[in-house]
Amino acid sequence: MIDKEILSGLLLDAESSLTLAELSRCCGVHAEFIMEMVEEGILDPLDPNPNCWRFSGVSLLRANRALRLRRDLGLNLAGVGLALDLIDEIEQLRSRLKLLEPGG
Amino acid sequence: MEFKDYYQIMGVKRDAGQDEIKRAYRKLARKYHPDVSKESDAERRFKEVGEAYEVLKDPEKRAAYDQLGANWKAGQEFHPPPGWDAGFEFKGGGFTGGDASAFSDFFESLFGEHIASGFGGAGNVHRRSQVHGGDHHAKVLIDLDDALHGATRTITLHTPAVDEQGHVSTSERRLNVRIPKGVKPGQHIRLANQGSPGVMGGRNGDLYLEIEFRPHPFYRIDGRDLYLNLPVAPWEAALGASVKAPTPDGIIDLKVPAGSSGGRKLRIKGRGIPGSPPGDLYVILQVALPAADTAQAKAAYRSMEQQFAFNPRSGLGV
Repeated sequence: MIDKEILSGLLLDAESSLTLAELSRCCGVHAEFIMEMVEEGILDPLDPNPNCWRFSGVSLLRANRALRLRRDLGLNLAGVGLALDLIDEIEQLRSRLKLLEPGG
Repeated sequence: MEFKDYYQIMGVKRDAGQDEIKRAYRKLARKYHPDVSKESDAERRFKEVGEAYEVLKDPEKRAAYDQLGANWKAGQEFHPPPGWDAGFEFKGGGFTGGDASAFSDFFESLFGEHIASGFGGAGNVHRRSQVHGGDHHAKVLIDLDDALHGATRTITLHTPAVDEQGHVSTSERRLNVRIPKGVKPGQHIRLANQGSPGVMGGRNGDLYLEIEFRPHPFYRIDGRDLYLNLPVAPWEAALGASVKAPTPDGIIDLKVPAGSSGGRKLRIKGRGIPGSPPGDLYVILQVALPAADTAQAKAAYRSMEQQFAFNPRSGLGV
């Protein structure tokens, strides 16, 4: 590795977009499993037409997190969906709280 | 290496039943799971608990561990006594916790060889098939300025590596990473192939960097929006005024409308973190009172008291 080399990664925001194949490769799972997560309402494709599904970078983070929760805590997909929604809500509340804290 | 007290880590007594150990593990795993917990050392604790459970849930490993004796203290210098595991047979029951390379040297010294053989067949440390390298996660701490203009940050990663004998060591790696203009707190940057190397031609894992902002002395950050508390004098708030206010792009003249009270929020469009759409800067007025520390200042407050028929608590019915 050359020390001077500067790496530019993919910023996983709402605007970045991945195909179903890219998303499943990044997560190291079969496309079928991504499809199950879509059916469970855990992942929302940018375009609902299954022939040209694309997912935002945020979906990649969500999918990876779902896989870890499922593996580490033995949750089923419904439980994973619930946990992810609650985690999102807590994160929003935390950032709201930070705004209200004096000097925070 | 340091002795690990798996019972202490799990918070159970040495004679705890397998059911109790499982319950303790489930509770701790939920508590310290890095995706759920906000505790700063959650990841370390989660791995520690995973390692403890790996041993205690398996009656064979637990029995072998138990016969080391109850007199060891956590953190005490430890070397496995020769032949300590004579008479025990490990089946290499497989890992529920996943990443064996995350386990401690202590675990490695006791159970390392057994795992290696459990994985790849007799005496063969390597698995024969392709294995993808694991993903890595790290936080990168940036300043507000970096998000406003873009920047390059050097991050240092400590990566556990497993050598051919199956020993775990830590290697240090430095990466220069471009921070794009307009990043928000909590966003991630994915660097493909910068995670753990793959085995037997398997692809490398990826590196995920989470953007975290260093606290700014006066701006608070919510997504791309910035919040600034701006002190104003009572007469500026009451009568209206043009006051100086800092913004990330420099000082501006801000019009404070007449009749403003403390807590009033003024929006300055597009002066937050850049993007499409860019964030806004919210200025929150805070009425600051001059100190009544001179005879003159006291007289001025007395005169206000006489001039105003003012009951700030009228809304409370008192």
